[in-house]
Amino acid sequence: MEWEPVIGLEIHAQLSTKSKIFSGAATAYGAEPNTQACAIDLGMPGVLPVLNKEAVRMAVKFGLAVGASIAPRSVFARKNYFYPDLPKGYQISQYELPIVGKGSIVIELDDGVTKTVGITRAHLEEDAGKSLHEDFHGMTGIDLNRAGTPLLEIVSEPDMRSAKEAVAYMKRIHSLVRYLEICDGNMQEGSFRCDANVSVRPKGQEKFGTRAELKNINSFRFVERAILHEIERQIELIENGGKVMQETRLYDPDKDETRSMRSKEEAMDYRYFPDPDLLPVELDAAFISGVKATLPELPDQKKERFVAQYGLSMYDAGVLTATREMANFFEQVSDVCKAPKLAANWVMGDLSGLLNKNNLDVTHSPVSATMLGGMIARIVDNTISGKIAKTVFEAMWAGEGDADTVIKAKGLVQVTDTGAIEKIIDEIMATNPEQLAQYRSGKDKLFGFFVGQVMKASQGKANPAQLNELLQKKLKG
Amino acid sequence: MHTLSLAELSAGLKAKKFSSGELTRAYLQRIAKLDKQLNAYVTVAEERALKQAHAADARIAKSQAAALTGVPLAQKDIFCTNGVKTTCGSKMLANFIAPYSATVVQRCDDAGMVMLGKTNMDEFAMGSSNETSYFGPVRNPYDLNAVPGGSSGGSAAAVAARLAPVATGTDTGGSIRQPAALCNLTGLKPTYGRVSRYGMIAFASSLDQGGPMARSAEDVALMMNVIAGFDSKDSTSVDTPVPDYTAGLTKSLAGLRIGIPKEFFGQGLDSKVEQVIRDALKQYEQLGAKIKEISLPNSGLSVPTYYVVAPAECSSNLSRFDGVRYGYRCEQPVDLVDLYKRSRGEGFGAEVKRRIMIGTYALSSGYYDAYYLKAQKLRRLISDDFKNAYKEVDVIMGPTSPTVAFNLGEKTDDPVTMYLSDIYTIAVNLAGIPGMSIPVGFVGQRPVGLQLMGNYFDEARLLNIAHQYQQATDWHLRAPKGFE
Repeated sequence: MEWEPVIGLEIHAQLSTKSKIFSGAATAYGAEPNTQACAIDLGMPGVLPVLNKEAVRMAVKFGLAVGASIAPRSVFARKNYFYPDLPKGYQISQYELPIVGKGSIVIELDDGVTKTVGITRAHLEEDAGKSLHEDFHGMTGIDLNRAGTPLLEIVSEPDMRSAKEAVAYMKRIHSLVRYLEICDGNMQEGSFRCDANVSVRPKGQEKFGTRAELKNINSFRFVERAILHEIERQIELIENGGKVMQETRLYDPDKDETRSMRSKEEAMDYRYFPDPDLLPVELDAAFISGVKATLPELPDQKKERFVAQYGLSMYDAGVLTATREMANFFEQVSDVCKAPKLAANWVMGDLSGLLNKNNLDVTHSPVSATMLGGMIARIVDNTISGKIAKTVFEAMWAGEGDADTVIKAKGLVQVTDTGAIEKIIDEIMATNPEQLAQYRSGKDKLFGFFVGQVMKASQGKANPAQLNELLQKKLKG
Repeated sequence: MHTLSLAELSAGLKAKKFSSGELTRAYLQRIAKLDKQLNAYVTVAEERALKQAHAADARIAKSQAAALTGVPLAQKDIFCTNGVKTTCGSKMLANFIAPYSATVVQRCDDAGMVMLGKTNMDEFAMGSSNETSYFGPVRNPYDLNAVPGGSSGGSAAAVAARLAPVATGTDTGGSIRQPAALCNLTGLKPTYGRVSRYGMIAFASSLDQGGPMARSAEDVALMMNVIAGFDSKDSTSVDTPVPDYTAGLTKSLAGLRIGIPKEFFGQGLDSKVEQVIRDALKQYEQLGAKIKEISLPNSGLSVPTYYVVAPAECSSNLSRFDGVRYGYRCEQPVDLVDLYKRSRGEGFGAEVKRRIMIGTYALSSGYYDAYYLKAQKLRRLISDDFKNAYKEVDVIMGPTSPTVAFNLGEKTDDPVTMYLSDIYTIAVNLAGIPGMSIPVGFVGQRPVGLQLMGNYFDEARLLNIAHQYQQATDWHLRAPKGFE
């Protein structure tokens, strides 16, 4: 039987506010344990939460970017459960009335096919602290620095049909929240993480199968692997006459497997109810349009503009707008050299190649946009050839200065003086009489031989177009 | 000095008839001498008090005193006080010292008032007799066999016995008004949101409200001037202007429209208490008020509604007391579940556990709609009753409590009977309106309180109505024997 996976994701994006969602404590990552937790984060008796307006603004920004309805009135609720890193014994979240309603986002797969994925809702909540099980010899340490950090939980519709689609969706949301500057997207530090709901059904069947929820997926690679594994596990289970149980499963990246955490019967009753310490969040049209005015150009808009303004292909525009940083870099390069297509080729080709090889982000490129643009300008004005440019680029990467410095230091200026090129051609013709005779008797293939010889004699600096033209004229005799 | 009103104390301090140091020492001596009979104080903060008194005297000397600078008070032990134990009447917090002060405490400190100590209370404010306190029951100064009421029983007993000129209380279902009634005091539960809840240990967040307990309406008004007002640390506090609560005290009551809800005079009301209440209403007629019988048709639903909403909120609010970060932790826990079970099982008393269980049940999946959601709907109906009533009357009056103070131990085995002692006070909390209790007479030696219920943010008018009655009568001046 052919099986169809059905996948929905719940993404937790940590909002990059300076202070926590309900207290004034800082949110910076990596501080000494419990140094960024105030009385409110510690859940001390009598303290009260006060909502951080910036977190609301960021949530609204996201909602507007995915075309979602923004709730004029949303409510914070308490999710009650006991855990040592949950100081109050409840998490303040949103339940029945989230701040962001239904929206959608378009994802693009490797083969260029696009698909719309529905977003059910997005809501604000606070993060819990961390339990540290190592280094305490039979005891558990609690670090509450992260407690109260604002999160936006983005819940998708079960619209994805493969692990690849799930990854494409997660990447799209990742790119978007970084475009919007509401989340730093740092997956290693846990600023962007997801849970996946996975089920399978016979192809053609409308009814969903029983789903399992996969927790603890913190990289694009793990999302794909965890989902693939879970799909395989479920299909195997059903084909062997078993039944998928509704349960929560934990993905273990070390063992590359998922294992059961708790079944539906063991599922917690969170006893949600509206938090009486917080008023409903009421947003008026003026606030929402104020946030709308701060929206940056979004990836899709940017992509379309790149096609229209720079004459790029859809594919190139898509690659260049994948991140805001890459897009900015390209635009700066293009601005300097006034040759957008060349700029796109260099950014996507040699630059991205070296960045990937060295595991660097474009913002940390040793060759700045101004330097790359300057070099391309030298190609455009015929100072160097495209081939020589590769040498120049490598030298710039190695820190030997900008293009003009390198060209000068290495004597890489292109020879465009007709007389000088003709002189070399004459010499080559004179030293290769046999080949000349063969060429003139109809062996056209030898043209390449002469190009190579002349180029070699000019140390690669002869202008290729001029060389071609002059050589053809001279060889004819 | 211990018989002087706040206004007299303020004037005496400014005229340098006595210093705050002398006044404070006098109160501390009275507490040392008399509180053994009452158990009103959990903590006497002698050193801190004398330091504050000293600072107050310096402020007075420099003519920088505010109205109540140098005047002592007692804080209910539910308000966190930086550096002084805050127990909330519980074993759970028996040794808890907060690293911050409640806004109410901070405002009193900033005003230059002197905190004598922290007063006893029902555990986590859950109780109507002060018998659920981990630190033992409090006795009623008017009759040592009787309870002082609760949950602010320590504050009530301290002020009634002249062991503090004024005290703070908190009122979730009557915890200021009922003990005020039972101890012959004037107590005000302000409009929900009028006084900050920051640093006030939460019982039921949507109902809790702090307020003053004193011997007269004028004293309450002076205290309200100190503690009322918007606080950015409490999202539910309301940002509306705070009047001078003493400004309108002397207004005439001619033409005042008083509504008497017939539901407050039915079965369950002690006939002797009723007689005292009716006499008080006659007094109001003599002051020019017009009495009108009204109906609050949903008031019978108050107790069941309250006993869903309050336990539901408390079950969540008290989750933070888990033995992990502060407060009581059981000996030698074998694992996490054992740590939770025994820390909470041993740290909380029976009434607290009962309410946590009721609340957990009411919020459980499958029961939420039938209990919590239904209770919220009833709450709106109860509020609407009041809103409708205030279209025809200015103030609503009735008994604060169906009986006078009962004997210690009389109701401890029967929670439902105990819950019914708040039958007249609970609706006010559910609606969020301000309510007061004022002394209007005695049955035997036990006091009777008249309840005044006003419209939202109408505290100044309630104080005016109370003050005018106190100008015409002297019930509020009658001190308990042995504590004059």
